[in-house]
Amino acid sequence: MTSRGRLEAILLPAAAAAVLIAFWQVAVRWTGTNVFPSPGAVARGFAELARKGLLLRYSRDSLLRVAAGYGAALVVGIPAGVFLGWRPAVARAVNPVIQLLRPISPLAWIPVAIVLFGVSNVAAVFLIFLASLFPILVSAMNGVRGVPAMYRDAGRNFGLSERALLSRVVFPAALPEILTGLRLALGIAWIVVVAAEMIAVDSGLGYLVIDSRNAGKRYDLVVAAMLSIGAIGLVLNLLVQRVSRLRAVRWGFREETP
Amino acid sequence: MIPVREPLPGRTKLEIRGLHMTFRTEENDVAVLEDIALGVREGEFVCILGPSGCGKSTLLNIVAGFLTPTSGSVRIDGEEVRGPDPRRIFVFQERGVFPWLTVEGNIGFGLGRLPPGERERRIAHYVRLVGLEGFEKAYPHELSGGMKQRVEVARALAVDPDVLFLDEPFGALDSITRLVMRGELLRIWQAEQKTILFVTHDIEESVQLADRVVVMTARPARIRRIVPIDLPHPRDLSSRRYLELRDGIFEEIGLAHKI
Repeated sequence: MTSRGRLEAILLPAAAAAVLIAFWQVAVRWTGTNVFPSPGAVARGFAELARKGLLLRYSRDSLLRVAAGYGAALVVGIPAGVFLGWRPAVARAVNPVIQLLRPISPLAWIPVAIVLFGVSNVAAVFLIFLASLFPILVSAMNGVRGVPAMYRDAGRNFGLSERALLSRVVFPAALPEILTGLRLALGIAWIVVVAAEMIAVDSGLGYLVIDSRNAGKRYDLVVAAMLSIGAIGLVLNLLVQRVSRLRAVRWGFREETP
Repeated sequence: MIPVREPLPGRTKLEIRGLHMTFRTEENDVAVLEDIALGVREGEFVCILGPSGCGKSTLLNIVAGFLTPTSGSVRIDGEEVRGPDPRRIFVFQERGVFPWLTVEGNIGFGLGRLPPGERERRIAHYVRLVGLEGFEKAYPHELSGGMKQRVEVARALAVDPDVLFLDEPFGALDSITRLVMRGELLRIWQAEQKTILFVTHDIEESVQLADRVVVMTARPARIRRIVPIDLPHPRDLSSRRYLELRDGIFEEIGLAHKI
């Protein structure tokens, strides 16, 4: 990229953001609302949250819940998906159930989570686990099923046992598709943690949104919490994107050169 | 008219007898191979030549142990083939290299059981043999088609197999790279003394490479004729004998060598 191109890549988005904030400011003024906060009020809200230490603590609590639920989904989903992809007969038996459960919004599970775990941290983590599990499981299953027969044949030709074939050929061949599922799942997990915290717990960014509204209609804090959620989601996505640039998986994320 | 030469003396490495292959689909049975019989001597280079889709790849997959024939048998060193075996390696088109491994990782793929020092030494040897020095750490997607094909050949040779099966290995390469690769394969074959079964639909390629060319019919494939190529290497591609043999095969297949 030329230096001019790089400058544009920074300046243009910054200009777009500035226009949006200006529009927001003008809209608040023009409508004379005293419910919806101005950008300045939100900035002061951020400062207040930071001063009380809530911003960091709530972000940390939300991230820990995601880590627990998402981590559990990784531990269960990847091996289960690889197994199902490797045993098409089992997959055919189980697949209808998976396809039935998959389109159910994780939010529909909230009552079930509360019945099982009470209004608790575990209920929130369980929801995140469920929400992340299906994309991970399905991508691992499809990834393994889609490994070209040529790779498997080559592996068998070199005398690999079934176990070695799975770990040295099938898993690395399926990895780009699995990573795509992981990225999708992390995005969903971050959305679901916010929803789960509105119902089941008394900390976290989702709780901050609902609590700020309920306790005194502090919409400046609501918007500050929303923007924090967006920013953290953005960072998470950038981190996962990084993983797909590793050399051993990059082949699966671009058109192969002829 | 192609003069038929007596087969060279030498131990039979591979023997195909009475081989039939029929694929069963729901509507009907498709006969792909009919009554194939062929003996290949140790160290011989045999090309199996036939039109696209005739079943020659199926034949190679059966001989390599990836498919079980409907009837008949394949024996290698007198032993019935029951599955793939590292003593005989199948080389796919260059798409068979593992994209998640470097050149080094690919070439060393079948060497897991060797002590690390020996493994390194072998990898270095075969990197040199196929002319990929300096690309040891490169990933396949960073290489050209010809280089990927070299990686695959080197990966096969590294485990020191007796037999190589090559399924139209140069089919996806441009014509110049293809000529270079043929030369290199011949050099490697002479240096490493392998028995080679090479499937192709390219008449010129078969006459340039093989000791004998097995000409197949369209599907269901039978052996139409086996043509010994009595030309020493390196072969002069404008010599009278080369042209005679080539044109003989064109005629055999029923193609006038004109366009």
